[in-house]
Amino acid sequence: MANFPILTLIMVAPLIGAALILLLPKDKTDVIKVTAAAASFTSMLLSLVVFLSYDRLQGGFQFQEKTPWIPELGISYHLGVDGFAAPQLLLTGIVMFAAVLVSWRQEDRPREFFAFLLLLVAGVFGSFMALDLFLMLIFYELVLFPVYVLIAGWGSKRREYAAMKLTIYLFVGSLVAIIGILALYFQAGNTFNFFDLQSGVAKLPNTVELQRTWFLPVFVGFGVLASLWPLHNWSPDGYAAAPTAVSMLHGGVLKATGAYCALRFGVQLMPQGAQYWMPVVVFFAMGGLIYAALIAFRQTDLKYIIGFSSVSHLGLVLLGIAALNELGLNGAGLELFAGGVMTGLMFALVGMIYERSHLRDVTELSGLIRVMPLAGIAFIIGALTLMGMPGLPGFPAELQIFMGLWNASATPSLMFPGATNGWYAIVAVAGILSVVINAAWTLRVAQRVYFSEPQHPELLKLPGLDPLERVAIGLMCGVLIVVGVLPNTVMSVVQAGVQTIVRGLTTTG
Amino acid sequence: MGGFTQENVGEFLGILPEILMVLWASAILAIDLIAGKAIKRRVLGLLAAGGTLGILLITLLAQPAESQVVLGGLIRNDLYTTVFRVIFILGAALTCLVGIDFKPLRAGGEFFTLVIFSAAAMSLMAASNDIIMLYLATETASFTLYLLAGFQRGDRLSAEAGIKYFVFGAVTSTTMLFGLSLLFGLSGGNTNYAAIAQTVINPVLRVPVVLASLFVLIGFAFKTSAVPFHFWAPDVYQGAPTPVAGFISTASKAAGFAILLRFLMYTLPPGTSEPSLVWATLMQPLAILTMTLGSLFALIQTNAKRMLAYSSVAQAGYVFVGVSALALGVANRAEALAAVIFYLATYMLTNIAAFAVLGIIESRVGGTEISHFNGLARRSPYLALGMTAALLSLLGAPPMVGFVAKLIVFREAIGANLIGLVVIGIINVLISVVYYLNVIRAMYVERTEDEARPLYVPTPTGMTVMVTAAAVLALTVISTPFWELALQAARTFLGGL
Amino acid sequence: MNLLNSNLLSLITFLPLVGMVLVLLTPSSAVRTIRWGSVAFSLIPLALSIVLFASYDQSRGGYQFLESAVWFPQINATYKVGVDGISLPLVVLTAFLTPLAMIISTNIEKSPKAYYALFFLLETTVLGTFVSLDLILFFVFYEIGLVPMFFLINQWGGANRRYASFKFILYTMFASLGMLLAIQVIGLASKSYDIVYLTSSLGRPFTGNNQVNFFGWDPTVWKAVAFLAFSLAFALKIPIWPLHTWLPDAHTEAPTGGSMILAGILLKLGGYGFFRLVMPMFPDVFGQQALLGLTFAELLALLALLSIILGAFAAWGQNDFKKLVAYSSVNHMGFVAMGIAATGLALSPNSTVREIDAVIAGNGAVLQMVTHGLSSAAMFALVGVIYDRAHTRDLERYGGLWAMMPAYGAILIFCAMGSLGLPGLAGFVSEFMVVRGAWPVFTLFTILAMAGLLVTGIYILKAIQKVLHGPLGEEWHHHKLPDISFTEILGIAPLMGAMLVLGVYPPLALNLINVGVQGLLR
Repeated sequence: MANFPILTLIMVAPLIGAALILLLPKDKTDVIKVTAAAASFTSMLLSLVVFLSYDRLQGGFQFQEKTPWIPELGISYHLGVDGFAAPQLLLTGIVMFAAVLVSWRQEDRPREFFAFLLLLVAGVFGSFMALDLFLMLIFYELVLFPVYVLIAGWGSKRREYAAMKLTIYLFVGSLVAIIGILALYFQAGNTFNFFDLQSGVAKLPNTVELQRTWFLPVFVGFGVLASLWPLHNWSPDGYAAAPTAVSMLHGGVLKATGAYCALRFGVQLMPQGAQYWMPVVVFFAMGGLIYAALIAFRQTDLKYIIGFSSVSHLGLVLLGIAALNELGLNGAGLELFAGGVMTGLMFALVGMIYERSHLRDVTELSGLIRVMPLAGIAFIIGALTLMGMPGLPGFPAELQIFMGLWNASATPSLMFPGATNGWYAIVAVAGILSVVINAAWTLRVAQRVYFSEPQHPELLKLPGLDPLERVAIGLMCGVLIVVGVLPNTVMSVVQAGVQTIVRGLTTTG
Repeated sequence: MGGFTQENVGEFLGILPEILMVLWASAILAIDLIAGKAIKRRVLGLLAAGGTLGILLITLLAQPAESQVVLGGLIRNDLYTTVFRVIFILGAALTCLVGIDFKPLRAGGEFFTLVIFSAAAMSLMAASNDIIMLYLATETASFTLYLLAGFQRGDRLSAEAGIKYFVFGAVTSTTMLFGLSLLFGLSGGNTNYAAIAQTVINPVLRVPVVLASLFVLIGFAFKTSAVPFHFWAPDVYQGAPTPVAGFISTASKAAGFAILLRFLMYTLPPGTSEPSLVWATLMQPLAILTMTLGSLFALIQTNAKRMLAYSSVAQAGYVFVGVSALALGVANRAEALAAVIFYLATYMLTNIAAFAVLGIIESRVGGTEISHFNGLARRSPYLALGMTAALLSLLGAPPMVGFVAKLIVFREAIGANLIGLVVIGIINVLISVVYYLNVIRAMYVERTEDEARPLYVPTPTGMTVMVTAAAVLALTVISTPFWELALQAARTFLGGL
Repeated sequence: MNLLNSNLLSLITFLPLVGMVLVLLTPSSAVRTIRWGSVAFSLIPLALSIVLFASYDQSRGGYQFLESAVWFPQINATYKVGVDGISLPLVVLTAFLTPLAMIISTNIEKSPKAYYALFFLLETTVLGTFVSLDLILFFVFYEIGLVPMFFLINQWGGANRRYASFKFILYTMFASLGMLLAIQVIGLASKSYDIVYLTSSLGRPFTGNNQVNFFGWDPTVWKAVAFLAFSLAFALKIPIWPLHTWLPDAHTEAPTGGSMILAGILLKLGGYGFFRLVMPMFPDVFGQQALLGLTFAELLALLALLSIILGAFAAWGQNDFKKLVAYSSVNHMGFVAMGIAATGLALSPNSTVREIDAVIAGNGAVLQMVTHGLSSAAMFALVGVIYDRAHTRDLERYGGLWAMMPAYGAILIFCAMGSLGLPGLAGFVSEFMVVRGAWPVFTLFTILAMAGLLVTGIYILKAIQKVLHGPLGEEWHHHKLPDISFTEILGIAPLMGAMLVLGVYPPLALNLINVGVQGLLR
């Protein structure tokens, strides 16, 4: 079992699924869908195995696989997960499986649709486990292309515009990150191996200047994917246009990849750069939270509302990362997981409404609880998670993030010598407020869409949820409730990873 | 050269691939003449391509264990030569395949003949060990290309392209010839590189040697379309039949670099004399200008062919970054040379794919404007996919092999302490994002009226695109053996200094 | 049995969740099963809570039935539950009121399945809040409770239910945001969320080593800020004037069962919060100067006084029966706040308050929470009964109904007297104790509060007079209103019984409460 390449298997299962699907004849839509579901279920199950069997006491990177690949460039096929990544694998598996289930009625070119979807997920899995930066970059770029095709080919309103906007933002972001990574690569011993690079960077004589110079490009480059304000602009447009499954994956999982990479390859590789620049990150993450809260009020398009709530969710994650201490990072890890499931759930629900009624505007919808009660309850659960309602995982996540920020506010500022980051405390206060404002609006929307008196009789004739949709919704809601009530299920793993990260921050810092 | 003695056979084995190519080219011409209309163009093209690929196999098998100097010192047959031969032969075969179905090219066998001839001449350029061979091979290659550029009979632009190419080529090759003759005189009548190298080292000769080397360099700059000797490129590419443009922009450019390195490194090894310092230093501004102007001009093009032309100028600039590393670096010379070789080889594959798609667009959609790519993703998803792969590789985005190639070149440049150059290079890469993505945007985002109609893609061209695009992706994964090969070629090359 | 004993509190707390699941699994068409099955099921926690009550060792005092388990170690939060003399009566009250509210709600027609499921959820959260001995756990239960209440009002409420439900949840949530921030800082200061630890001399936040260094504030400021944050949240819940404005709307619009729980139990969370958290965590803040030369305790007492008087006058001014009862809650809960102020002042160092006064006031406040729970629930149930028949709550349109509904009239008078504080019924004992305890501490305020009691009498009598006496309302000549039904009596009679028992024999609850309050003061 020790040498069983489980990580490779997780990543390859969707690829095999995609290949099988492409080999199937076009008209065998049922077989195609079952294949897609089987492939994503396999990945989900395997990632659950990884999550459960991750040794929390030992911590660090586990399940490592390493094979030389392009030795002349210092590139190897190197996979591994730590406690921070393991829950994200599970998240990917869950959201993907749910996304396949809610896409069951995909009638437009299902073969290509599911193949691209699986390709995308393989890339996401890979990004979470790659311990070689080159490998990670390949996975990262592997994701962008299917996303583009899926949005442009299967999206709704203004899909080409949105797809292109999204792709350009993310692609340019990744290039900026690549430049930063290359700078490290060239200076720290021509290796793409995460550990070698980490120690190589730390050993350089000019390491402080180097880290301070290159931290920002890497962090911001990946931060674009995590919709770091004000570079978030692709996100609501992209989600509004994307087909449901893609919105789910992108909002729930892909953004998590961005934040994850920003942490792993920004903060962990350049802890001193991180310490120097973090006030800036805090500022912009906070800006994103407030912006999302303000702008959401002006939206009546359901998908935009959820899109902005995902900006808000990632703002929290970035705040947690920016705290640079155990509490903050713990919170970021949990928020990534929980917020990802939440976003996936919300997009699935919006998709279900849209698919049935072809309406997305809040003002045109009413009383849907009568036709889809489960969806109404699920929407409430999602909105409350976003809000940080105790009993749902948003609460423990936000609690830790803001406690982390409180703690960080007592640290001295490197950017302005002599000052402390005392204003973080204000951020903690303002952050909690804006999250609640944003979520209150979402709740209001839920009230309007589901719980109001039905005003359009034709809406009452819409079909209810089919069993597969129930399974998908139930799965995501179940995860949210379990993790919310027993946060330690995820937190024990996250913490095991975070402690290693924090140790790295303090020993080199 | 007497009769066929045992020795002579060995001598001829050294240029066996070239001989076979010439023979095969003639055979194609003969078949075409004899069979006339009885044999279809398609069959002829497949024959030409298949035969060249066969020669490629023979080339690899006949590769000598050690580098050898043959034909009285005219030719140096080493791994470096072989690697470039592979590049040229592969380029020729792919061009033949693409040319089969390129409609405006209503030619028969002579097209294929010329392409193979040209490849043979380019091989000799890479192999040259003597300024006479240098000049002969360069001129032969150039003449075949002049003909090919003007091949589109009845097309005004094509004819103009042929003439323009010829005129500029003639002027620069005259300049080069002047430089070569100066060297010939300065070295006391020597034509062999090694012999010249030993004489021009004399400090007394430094001014005339510098002049002579600059004149020769102009010739190479023309072949490699380096700024400021690049201005022929957009017009010629635009006018030339698209497959030919692809061939010129890849194989011919590679040949230019092959001979540039062969000549300058062997006659004026860097670090040995002041004139060598001059050319070595010149490589940097050449790289900067070529990259930057190429990128900037590509940015403002609306015609895809012209855009690709300027992009190929910019690509030459990246190669010059590698050459600079080779010329100015000390410790990592072999790696830098290998980086140049690797870059040229991968670039050849990528750009031929791009031009192949362009050719289909030109003959099936009716033009080479970027707007002609509109809606390609709907009309032919696979073609659009292939083009996307090619463009991303040209851009240097992971996971395409273009990323690996650029990475290696930049790494070696940094190894040679050319950090400023790398920074400029990366800025240019960022600029190039815009114009490469522009085409991708047209294919995937823009709509067109007849997007519902699938686009007919001829099988040979389609296969070429798919195979090259797949290779562009696959080479990333399995780049190690190729890199090892390039490195070994570079070591043998430097071993012959 | 051992397992049951050692997990009794968890069992009581989470049994309603089992009930919720059972309700959700029952088909929606089985309406009768859902209604009466829920009632029957809710008797189990009641029975267990009586067992709990009976087996609490009063001689030993302190927290008993403790359970703890690893829950959220990253921030030092544990699953820790236990009860003492202050929380135990409230647990029993909750378990007691829930079945009654469920009985009263059996006439709900709109998706009873969801209604009863939410009711069970509500019960769990309230019980959880009372038994939590971990600050985070407390907050979790405290906040989740808002959700079912929100939906009960939003879906089953009166005409203005949307507005009322949003006002309810937004007010409460914003108030608890401050508390949440304070909780965060407390966790960072004391590095624990164990309430037992936080309220001990070793673990009190912002004392000793338990410091934080944010904003450059010194510990005194932090104490005051955290005190205020908690007090604000709990004062809004009680509610204390001027934070009471959500209450009339919420109570009026909520369905009858919801109003019973809201007034009977949820308001007590505020008072309980003061006893469980504010007083023992920040004992020295009560004596500190706040505003206008008043200490925090005096300020609280002043606001309590205003609640009593203004609540009474507001109730007097109402012509809406339900609103009248709603404002009466403001009035009665003012005494709880008054008791808290007196007890709190006694806690601060250098306090001149005699312990005996503080104990009496504290006992009175806790008892008042219980008795108000009984009487207000009964009153709301009775308002519901008449509303169901007359479809109006306008006092002017009633009149002379006693003749038509004699049983109802008798019950209404009994309960109104209980609410009024008639000696012999529960309300008298508790209000008397608060006044007795607070007298030496805030003499002037207490005198004025007793004047307020006068107005209490006026509005109660006004209600009785308008509903039962005088000429029969015009519309009822032709529209006969049936008398109170057996089911409704079933729901109200236990409340009356409890009021009577506690009124006649207060030590039944007081002995226990006294153990808790003594423990607090020691």
